[in-house]
Amino acid sequence: MAYLDHAATTPMLPEAIDALTAALAVTGNPSSIHSAGQRAKRLLEESREQVAATLGADPIEVVFTGSGTESVNLAIKGLYWRRQADASRPRLLVPLGEHHATIDTVEWLATHESATPVDLPLDELGRLRLDALAAELDGNEASVALATMLWASNEVGTIQPVAEAAALAARARVPLHVDAIAAYGQVPIDVRALRRATDAPGGAGLVAVSVSAHKIGGPAGIGALVLDRSAQVEPLLHGGGQQRRIRSGTQDVAAAAAFAAAATSVAARLERDAARMAVLRDRLVAGVARLVPDARLSGDPDPAGRLPANAHFSFPGCEGDSLLFLLDAAGVNVSTGSACQAGVPEPSHVLLAMGRSEPDARGALRITLGHGSTEADVDAFLAALPEAYERASRAGLAARSTSFDR
Amino acid sequence: MSGGVDSAVAAARAVEAGHDVVGVHLALSRMPGTLRTGSRGCCTIEDSMDAQRAANTLGIPYYVWDFSERFKADVVDDFISEYAAGRTPNPCMRCNERIKFAALLEKALALGFDAVATGHYAKIVTDASGRRELHRASAEAKDQSYVLGVLTAEQLAHAYFPLGDTPSKALVRAEAERRGLSVAQKPDSYDICFISDGDTKGWLAEKVGEAPGDVIDRTGAVVGSHEGAHAYTVGQRRGLRLGTPAPDGKPRFVLEVRPKERTVVVGPKEALATAEIAGSRFSWAGADPVASGLVGEAGEPFECDVQIRAHADPVPAVARLVDGELIVRPTTPLDGVAPGQTAVIYVGTRVLGQCTIDRTVSAVPVSA
Repeated sequence: MAYLDHAATTPMLPEAIDALTAALAVTGNPSSIHSAGQRAKRLLEESREQVAATLGADPIEVVFTGSGTESVNLAIKGLYWRRQADASRPRLLVPLGEHHATIDTVEWLATHESATPVDLPLDELGRLRLDALAAELDGNEASVALATMLWASNEVGTIQPVAEAAALAARARVPLHVDAIAAYGQVPIDVRALRRATDAPGGAGLVAVSVSAHKIGGPAGIGALVLDRSAQVEPLLHGGGQQRRIRSGTQDVAAAAAFAAAATSVAARLERDAARMAVLRDRLVAGVARLVPDARLSGDPDPAGRLPANAHFSFPGCEGDSLLFLLDAAGVNVSTGSACQAGVPEPSHVLLAMGRSEPDARGALRITLGHGSTEADVDAFLAALPEAYERASRAGLAARSTSFDR
Repeated sequence: MSGGVDSAVAAARAVEAGHDVVGVHLALSRMPGTLRTGSRGCCTIEDSMDAQRAANTLGIPYYVWDFSERFKADVVDDFISEYAAGRTPNPCMRCNERIKFAALLEKALALGFDAVATGHYAKIVTDASGRRELHRASAEAKDQSYVLGVLTAEQLAHAYFPLGDTPSKALVRAEAERRGLSVAQKPDSYDICFISDGDTKGWLAEKVGEAPGDVIDRTGAVVGSHEGAHAYTVGQRRGLRLGTPAPDGKPRFVLEVRPKERTVVVGPKEALATAEIAGSRFSWAGADPVASGLVGEAGEPFECDVQIRAHADPVPAVARLVDGELIVRPTTPLDGVAPGQTAVIYVGTRVLGQCTIDRTVSAVPVSA
């Protein structure tokens, strides 16, 4: 079987499994005062330090959460609520094509907290239009609660102009949250350096970055929010006051240790791995272009502008789920890339935001590589693709008329 | 796989028969309902989870295929426009005709499958020359051949009903239990799947809108008023709220619904009796019985049974094809026949074909 859906989740690294199983045997709640608690606390804080080191953050700035989604919720809701404390700042700047963790959180704030979302357009490569962000921050920035964006698109892999956006936010004294869940482990992330380079004032510019462990070879069930010291958020969870009172709840020492092991390992060989992925990805893209000339690569065609492990295509006249099924039957696991409701792939809102048609958006396929991926995996995909494409074309779009109609 | 017990057991039997089986759940709404207890239909998150659990238990792959656009156009919108036109459609039949054995079947064939298997209670019998016939199921009480009567020979050629020979639903449930399927005791669904609360009238009122008008008797005299003709069905007695009593003091029934004129026609029970039904939209379920000599030449009457609702009893009848119209005369008049309903005709247990009823002839001439 060729597993080419590492953006959904990637297998745990052996070092993460080792760290997890070793830490599971440690007795003690890190909040306890006795020596067992202190031993657990030491393991937890060492883990926090290691994760912080991979993100250019101080350990105190790393808040462990239960998932990437929780990190995004904490950042967006937490910042939004706190920003209403001393003035009314209803506007929330959000690019189109965000992950549902952001879209649905913003929608919730609009419905329940009178937030005013402001859509920021993408260009045809799926990249945030900086001129639109600049326009929203020029003159009426006083009414902006925060801006949020992806570090790189989870679907089409386009790397976003984070440094430029962070500079605009810093200048306008607006806090910026970046969802780096898809980018983490594939491109360098250094919060401290970016804040310095953009001359970010306290509480503004890049203040929050969301990441998740299971996308980099750690366990599912733990994420982190890097929250700059100067930034203030209202907590989502109330209770024991753990983690600077920002995220109450007994901390999962074993998950943190495994997260740290994966993060450290990935960071140490990030450049080498990225280069290796890019070679595999280029082989895959070239193979698709050769075998299915009608297929259209989505996102940035320039390898430097997209995540090294991401390839994303539209196959005109096909349903993505037909392709997914046929490839699955041939032993190749890929994704349609878009959000699912009860297992139903929707036409990708990311592609629609890039100006693509709905039929185009329905025929999307995302192929993502990971640490275990090999040339053989890519070749298995390429071997299965022509027949899958041929059959899926014959099946066509679900809404079309059929030969049984009368 | 709807998430119910029938399709789960049908899948199990298909696997056991040696077929290469994949479980497919149909997404028929873009906005699936939230969790609902019990089963009212086939579009809830709980139903899709149940279907997936059944597929997991059987060790077969499982996918959700989205036919929501076609379902809306071909079944839901059709249902609304039929009611708005004063007819009474059967959406399950329409779904079999246009979705399960058209859109789904064609996609499946294109992707390399041979047939669509469902948990319907009906039998396919292959005759000596290899032609397929649709028959009633062994489980009389659960027989669903009526809602499949709309399938043509081409559709039946790729249909597979593994439950057809099972004498009762209780046995299907017992088998599900034995196979460890979690849906073994899941309640049956009865309602129209896209009307989540089961309130068809309320749902229609919302879609069609209110259109007040007159209730008249067969002479044209106004005897009452209504808020919207679509809320009435032929044969209905309750809820008419007529101000003027009938001259003979007997209860009155809805005889006819004319939405274009915003009129509902009422009259005595006897006037419901229908001597003849006819429809030009007809099809044969399987081989053309005229061509195969089962019934006489076109125009010649032949004996059959006619059934006008999913759970109605079949009634002996004589049918004939005249000028592209299937005309059926039951030997005893039928009660409460509404245009838009489907008349399925049988010979013995065999489904011969069906027509959508366009016109009816009353057994009682207008006199009062």
